[in-house]
Amino acid sequence: MTQERQFLVSPGPHLWKGLSVSKIMYLVVIALMFPTGAAIYFFGHHALSVIGVSIGAAIATEYVTKKIRGQPFIMDGSAVVTGLLLGLILPPTISLWMVAIGAIFSIAIVKEAFGGLGHNIFNPALGGRAFMSVSFAAEMTTWTPTRFMPVMPDAVTTATPLSESFVWPADKLSLYQAMFMGNTAGSMGETSALLILIGGALLLGLRIINWRIPAIYIGTVALMSLGFGQDPLFHILAGGLMIGAFFMATDYITCPLTNRGKMIFAVGVGALTIIIRQFAGMPEGVCYSILFMNAVTPLIDRFTKIRPYGLVVKKAESVS
Amino acid sequence: MNKLNLRLKKKGTRYGVKVPHSKLTAKNPIEQTPLPEAVIIPLHQNIGAPCEAVVKRGDKVLTGQKIGDSEKYVNAPVHATVSGEITGTTMIVNPPTAQLIEALVITSDGKDEWVELEPPEDPEALSVKEILDRIRAAGMVGLGGAAFPTHVKLSPPKDKKIDTVILNGCECEPYITSDHRVMLEYGEKVLSGLNIIRKVISPENTYIAIEDNKEDAIDHMEKLITDMGLHEEFKIVPLKSKYPMGAEKILTELLLGREVPIGGLPLDVGTVVHNVSTAKAIHDAVVEGRPFVERVVTITGAVKNPKNLLTRFGTPLRHLIDHCGGIDGKADEVILGGPMMGFSQFDLDFPTVKGTNAVLVKKGVPVTEQDCISCGKCIEVCPMRLMPTSLARHAKAGNYEECEKFYLIDCFECGACAYICPANIPIVQYIKVAKKELAKRAVKK
Repeated sequence: MTQERQFLVSPGPHLWKGLSVSKIMYLVVIALMFPTGAAIYFFGHHALSVIGVSIGAAIATEYVTKKIRGQPFIMDGSAVVTGLLLGLILPPTISLWMVAIGAIFSIAIVKEAFGGLGHNIFNPALGGRAFMSVSFAAEMTTWTPTRFMPVMPDAVTTATPLSESFVWPADKLSLYQAMFMGNTAGSMGETSALLILIGGALLLGLRIINWRIPAIYIGTVALMSLGFGQDPLFHILAGGLMIGAFFMATDYITCPLTNRGKMIFAVGVGALTIIIRQFAGMPEGVCYSILFMNAVTPLIDRFTKIRPYGLVVKKAESVS
Repeated sequence: MNKLNLRLKKKGTRYGVKVPHSKLTAKNPIEQTPLPEAVIIPLHQNIGAPCEAVVKRGDKVLTGQKIGDSEKYVNAPVHATVSGEITGTTMIVNPPTAQLIEALVITSDGKDEWVELEPPEDPEALSVKEILDRIRAAGMVGLGGAAFPTHVKLSPPKDKKIDTVILNGCECEPYITSDHRVMLEYGEKVLSGLNIIRKVISPENTYIAIEDNKEDAIDHMEKLITDMGLHEEFKIVPLKSKYPMGAEKILTELLLGREVPIGGLPLDVGTVVHNVSTAKAIHDAVVEGRPFVERVVTITGAVKNPKNLLTRFGTPLRHLIDHCGGIDGKADEVILGGPMMGFSQFDLDFPTVKGTNAVLVKKGVPVTEQDCISCGKCIEVCPMRLMPTSLARHAKAGNYEECEKFYLIDCFECGACAYICPANIPIVQYIKVAKKELAKRAVKK
């Protein structure tokens, strides 16, 4: 006879795919190891310190804020992603104490103050970067050459391809090549399009991110830059576009829910990126264009509900 | 004879989820369960009205004798499933509705003496009304899950022209193999039942939908149809296995391109969907005059020897699990039905009912709900194209009216959303609560 035992009564379904939030977060971390490798390769050990401080400060801040809010701290990996992303989009010479302040702001204000994971309106890493841009304006726009660029005598800093002072080389192909591989000045993790593409392809292959956002974002940037008589390939490879398209704009929490909403979102980010690059008083627009579209995401969600199965306009029946 | 003509092109859907099939018993032939010492027969085993007992304590009953009936049209009578004595009444929880329902206990005399069956002299000569009367008298309900009285489903309102019958052999729930085995072992009876359905409905088209993880059943049905010379009338549609392919609204859309209106039934778009086990039971009821007292139940998961058992209704779960060698290892959850839409039971004295197609034993996993991260995966997989995350969010906040704006009633609770949800939110549970609360409020008004 079957012996008596206590049975578990749980709501259905009684099967779970098991791709949990923390698994997704750590898969994103793994995908980010490619641009992280590029950051360390091109900008040396200070890149490693920046990323380490950023992640450490992010986790510590999350722990403290959770304790203050009286909620359990779960090491779900989301703070690691935020810290890592923030570190990757900072200039190579940034001071470590500034990094720590940026990471604290990202987690404490942009994420936890809004209710924590799932409730934040803005992408925490980008919010932290925006905060640092206004707080440490000079340091956040100081760019140094990579370890493999020819060092100019008497000059410590250099220009990013998007800077006004950037001197275009005569050989365009070698410029594209340098930008694709990552051997240009810029934020540490954003320069190598190749390694971002590898990490992005990994997430696309695992169906963690939706292809519509990077594809339409990059597509919009290409079309808009063509429209303004600019070089589309340059705009795609320059600045933070690649890392923004694959790792920032695709953030679940801060982008619309439905496919249609995601497409509108991606077009908006792409258009704003080019508008800022063209007309605003700053060279790069990826960060602010994504933050702006984050803000209108609830609005997009409101107007992009999907038509359910079986919705028919009932004739005359829908009285009273 | 053109084989291609009979087997149509394989179809698939981009909605739903790929679940592990876990069909442990696909190759196990159907076995008869030894009769239990006692059966517990709930008086409410269909989606319509409950039955009143027509026997009393101390009465002797024969197998197949009617013990409960109702005046109501949407109802199916219940029968004794063993011969013996009515030894009491009890109350049990009806899993789908969580309501307490009355049940009769019959202590078996071990002889299994049947009432005299009344097969028609010429089944072919039966009129539609006679067929429907026999189906009702046998206590037939749909065996796909909802337990809707079959005679009602076969009597569409006069103003609805039904042009298509779909025989549903999808069995998309993991683990369950009862329909699969019925197709393989009772294929002729299934087709005979389907012919009876066709006689009642007189449709223009008849499709048999089977998922491609049951290739042997597709081949077998194809051969039977060809042998019976019915290849002009019947078409087999193989379907790419995906959950919940077997839901009737999904089938009407996939096979016919017809969307059932929200809150409606397939008959609103000229379609009737019947399960293969229902068709087999219709044959038994109409051609053999047998009351509906048993069906194939898959006992599976963490039991020593998983089996497909031909089981009398009212057999306690304990009896079935013991017959399969008992619970294996540390399993601590017993589910009536499949893992996706089944219901956990809290003890083993619970009986199988007409709607029970499987008993699954597994290691239970407590729900560890986190906050929604708005990944949108539930929206991608929802076969009804709803926004489960929004439904769950509003239901959780108690904004049930808001749920209606997200088409709450269109959800048939398949669980694909909760299966895929990274935050492990019991979305279906929230939806059920919202539906219940709204129903309560509607009654108060």
